[in-house]
Amino acid sequence: MSSTSNTPTHHTSTIGAIGAPSRRNTELALLIFAVAIPVFAYANVGLALNDAVPAGLLGYGLGLGLLAGIAHLVVRKFAPYADPLLLPLATLLNGLGLVAIWRLDQSRLLQSIGVAGGKATNQLIYTAMGIGLFVAVLFFLKDHRTLQRYTYISMAASLVLLLLPLVPGLGADVYGAKIWISVGSFTIQPGEFAKIVLAIFFAGYLMVKRDALALASRRFMGLYLPRGRDLGPILVVWAISILILVFETDLGTSLLFFGMFVIMLYVATERTSWIVFGLLMSAAGAVGVASFEPHIQVRVQAWLDPMHEYVLSRTPGVTGVHSDQLQQALWAFGSGGTLGTGWGQGHSELIRFAANSDFILATFGEELGLAGIMAILLVYGLIVERGVRTALAARDPFGKLLAIGLSGAFALQVFVVAGGVMGLIPLTGMTMPFLAYGGSSVIANWALIGILIRISDTARRPAPTPAANPDAEMTQVVRPS
Amino acid sequence: MNKPLRRIAIFCGLLVMALLIRDNWLQYVKADALRTDKDNRRVAIERYANPRGDIIVDGDPITGSVESKSGDFKYKRTYKNGPMWAPVTGYSSQAFDSSQLEKINDGILTGNDDRLFFRSTLDMITGKRKQGGNVVTTLNAAAQKAAYDGLKSRGGKGAVVALEPSTGKILALASYPSYDPSSFAGNSTDVDSKNWTKLQKKNNPADPMLNRALRETYPPGSTFKVVTAAAALENGKYTSADAATDSPLPWTMPGTTRELKNEGSIPCKNATMRVALQYSCNTVFGKIGADLGNDKMLAEAKKFGFDSEQFTPVRSNASQFSDGMNQSQTALSSIGQYNTAATPLQMAMVASAVANDGKLMKPYMVDELQYNLDPIAKTEPQEMSQPLSPKNAQILQSMMETVVKDGTGKNAQIGGGVTVGGKTGTAQHGVANSANPYAWFISYARLSDGSSPVAVAVVIEDESANRDDISGGGLAAPIAKNVMQAVIKTKTGS
Repeated sequence: MSSTSNTPTHHTSTIGAIGAPSRRNTELALLIFAVAIPVFAYANVGLALNDAVPAGLLGYGLGLGLLAGIAHLVVRKFAPYADPLLLPLATLLNGLGLVAIWRLDQSRLLQSIGVAGGKATNQLIYTAMGIGLFVAVLFFLKDHRTLQRYTYISMAASLVLLLLPLVPGLGADVYGAKIWISVGSFTIQPGEFAKIVLAIFFAGYLMVKRDALALASRRFMGLYLPRGRDLGPILVVWAISILILVFETDLGTSLLFFGMFVIMLYVATERTSWIVFGLLMSAAGAVGVASFEPHIQVRVQAWLDPMHEYVLSRTPGVTGVHSDQLQQALWAFGSGGTLGTGWGQGHSELIRFAANSDFILATFGEELGLAGIMAILLVYGLIVERGVRTALAARDPFGKLLAIGLSGAFALQVFVVAGGVMGLIPLTGMTMPFLAYGGSSVIANWALIGILIRISDTARRPAPTPAANPDAEMTQVVRPS
Repeated sequence: MNKPLRRIAIFCGLLVMALLIRDNWLQYVKADALRTDKDNRRVAIERYANPRGDIIVDGDPITGSVESKSGDFKYKRTYKNGPMWAPVTGYSSQAFDSSQLEKINDGILTGNDDRLFFRSTLDMITGKRKQGGNVVTTLNAAAQKAAYDGLKSRGGKGAVVALEPSTGKILALASYPSYDPSSFAGNSTDVDSKNWTKLQKKNNPADPMLNRALRETYPPGSTFKVVTAAAALENGKYTSADAATDSPLPWTMPGTTRELKNEGSIPCKNATMRVALQYSCNTVFGKIGADLGNDKMLAEAKKFGFDSEQFTPVRSNASQFSDGMNQSQTALSSIGQYNTAATPLQMAMVASAVANDGKLMKPYMVDELQYNLDPIAKTEPQEMSQPLSPKNAQILQSMMETVVKDGTGKNAQIGGGVTVGGKTGTAQHGVANSANPYAWFISYARLSDGSSPVAVAVVIEDESANRDDISGGGLAAPIAKNVMQAVIKTKTGS
C-alpha cells in the first residue's frame, strides 16, 4: 500500500510505474494534530470557565479520535491515493466546531432561550453520522463515474429536496427563511444535500452537452453568444433559483446553486460569455426579487445599517422583524481584536438565536481573534484549493466537473456565510461548513469530502503497469526525480 | 478544461482574500471602536465584572459592592446610609448610569483610569484580580449626620453645607428630602426601574433627587447683608463697625416712591453697622448697596464666588447677583432679594471667607484618590480669592459674633470657649411673597486658640411651618449649631 510497493525494479521508470506516493502516513500525522488541537481547545474552555479540565475531555477526545481513526483506516483501505489534506482539515474544523458549540452550551443566557445545552453531544452524534456517510461513500462508490448514470435521477432528487420546505405541514419557517423541514422532532435542511445532488446532475448534464454549448455560438462584440435553444438549461436553473429566492426567501441558497451552475458551465464550455450572462442574470434576479420581497429588503437594510436595526430591535412599539444579531456579531468580532479574549472568555452569547449555528464564526472571532479567524479562513481556503487541485488532476471530464462544482459550491458557501456574518454582504441563512451546529450541514459536508476524496483517489491512482513490451522501452517518458 | 479551472481557483482565492481583508478591517482597523462602543454590552459587563472601588469618609467606606445572582452584570453598587450620603456620592446604577462623585471618578472606581494603567497591568501580570481605586473624601461623618438628622427632624425641604474655612474642605453636604441610591443600583425592570421612576420629579413633587446643597439657588435674604457689609468695608464707605451710618428712616429707595421696610420696629435710624447687622436692618444695608452702586456690589459678590459655577469637583450651580440694575434694584439685591439667589454652598463660602480672615479657599470634597492604599492624586487646598482684607474680615467677624451673642442668632451659641459668628436670613418668595419664606442661617465657629474649624450654611423651606415662625434664627440656627459642635468634637475630642 505504501509507495515503495509500486517501485519498479529496473532503473528507469515508465509513466505507469511512477508510483505517486500514497501519502497516507502524512494524512495520519496531520490527523493527530487535527484531533489534538480541538482536545487542547476543549480543555482550555473548561479551565477558563470552571477552572477545571472538563469531565468529558477523555470521552470527547476518544470520540473524535476514534471517528478520525475510522475515517483514516477506511481511506487507507478504499482510497489509498486520495488527497492527504482533505480529511485532516475537515476533522480539524469539525473538532473546533464541537469545542465552540460546547463552549456556548455553558452559557446561561443561551440555555435560558433554548439555543444551547447538550448541543455538543448532539453534534458529536451528527459527526458520527457524517463520518458514517463518508465511509459509506468510499465503500460503495468505488468509482465516481458511476454517479454519471444517475444524472437525471439526480435532477429529480434535487428538485424534490429543494421543494420539500415548501410542502405544507413539512416545511418550517424559522425567522423568515423557509429552508428547513421538520420530521418528527428533527429539522433537516434539504438544501445542504441538494447541493451535492445538483452538482452530480450538472456534471452529468454538462459533460454530455458541453460541445454543443461551447461550439454552436455566434460571435458578437467579442463574446460568443449561445444559440437560443442552448440557453434553455441556464434559464431553467436561473428560474429555479429565483423561485427558491421568492418562496424560501433565502438569498444564500439561491446564490449558491446559481453560482455553482455558472462555474460548472464555464469550466465545461470554456466560454467567458457564460460568466457574463450568469452575473447579469443573478444581478437582475436578486434586484428584481428584492424590489418586492420584504424579507430580502430587511436583510439588505440590516447589512447597510446594522446599528439602525439594533436600535429598532430595542425600540418598543416598532413592528416587523428587526434583528440586532448582525450588530452583535460585529461587536463580537471587534471585541476579539487581534488575538481574541481566549476560549470561554468572550460574550458571543449576546448574539442569542443562532449563536452556535449561522453565527458561530463570531464566537471564533471574539475568542480567537483576528489570528484565529485568518487561520480558519485559510483552512477553508486549503480545502477549496485541494478540491480544485483534484479537479485539475482528474482524468475524466465528469470527475473534473463534479470536483470543481463541489469545491466551488463549498467556497461560495463559506464566502456567503462568513461574508454575511462579518457584514461584507447581506446575511443569509446558511451554516459554516463543519463549524456550525446542525446535523444536515455536518452530514452533507462529510459526504462532500467523501466524494472529493474518491475523485482525488481515482485521479492520483497510478495507471496499471503496462505489459513488459520491448517497444515501450523506445517510447518511455522519463521524468526527473 | 484546465484553463477555466485555474481561473476558478483564482476566483475562489479572491473570495477568501475578500474575507481576510474584511476580517482585518473588522478585527484590526475597527476593533477598538467596536470594542468600546457604548452600546456594546461587553463594555457594561466588563464594567461590572469586578467590585467597584469605594468612597471613603473618615477612613470608612460609605459604599460597597454586592455580587448579584442573576443577569450578566456581576457586581452591584450598595450604599451605607444612602439617603444621608446621596448628595456626596451621587449614584451608580447598572440601568441609569451614574452621577456626581460616582460619575466624575468612575475611572478610578472601576480601575479603568489611565492613571491606574501601570498598576492594573502589573496586577494582571501577577495574576491578581482587577480592582477599583478608592475616593477619599474630605467629609466629616459626625457633621454630616448632625446636618442630615437636623433636616430630617425638621421634615420640610432644606440643605446644609459645612466647610473648613482654612482649607475649603467640605465637611458636610446634606439635602432633604433625599433618596437611597441603592434602591435603583441594579438593572431589573421590576425593582430598579420602578424605584427610579418613583423618584423622578414628575412623579414626586418633593424632587428627592435634587441636590439642594449644590444645585438649588434660593434668595439668600438677610444673610446676603454680610456680603453688603464686606463691600462697604472694602470700598471704604465705612471703616468701622461702630461708627454711625448715614441711614435715614424711613428711607425711600432712589428713583422710586417706595419705602424700604424693616421687619418690625427696630433701631435702624443711623445705626452702626454692628447694630444694623444685629437687628438685620433692611434700610441700612439697602442704602449701602444703593450708594455703592451695582458695579461695586457685583465686584464684591463675584469675589465671594457669585455668578460662577463651582466644581467641588461635583458641579454646583452659579449663584446670582445681577448686573445692569438701577439703584433701587441694587438696594433690594443688596439685602438678598430681587434677583439675588445663592446656593447653600455659596453662602457657606461667604461665612468661610469671613472666618478665614478674608481669604476664600476653593471648596473641595475629594481629598485623595487611592489604589490599594497608595495615593494616586491628592487635592491641595487652593486659594480662590481675597474678598476682604484681614483687618476688614476681623471687623466683620466681630459684627457677626454680636449677631449670635445679642441678636437674631442666639440659638447658635455654643459656649465653652467657642465663639460663634453668624447671620440669620428670612427670604420672601412666591407671587406677592405668598409662599412660605426660606429660613437661612450662616455661621462659623472660632475656638479659643483663634482657629476656625468650621463654617456652615443652612437653608430650610418649611411648608408645614407657620409663616411667622419661620426665621433663620428659629429653624436653621439649631441645625448649624449641631453641625459646628460635631466638627469641634471630632477636632478637639471634647
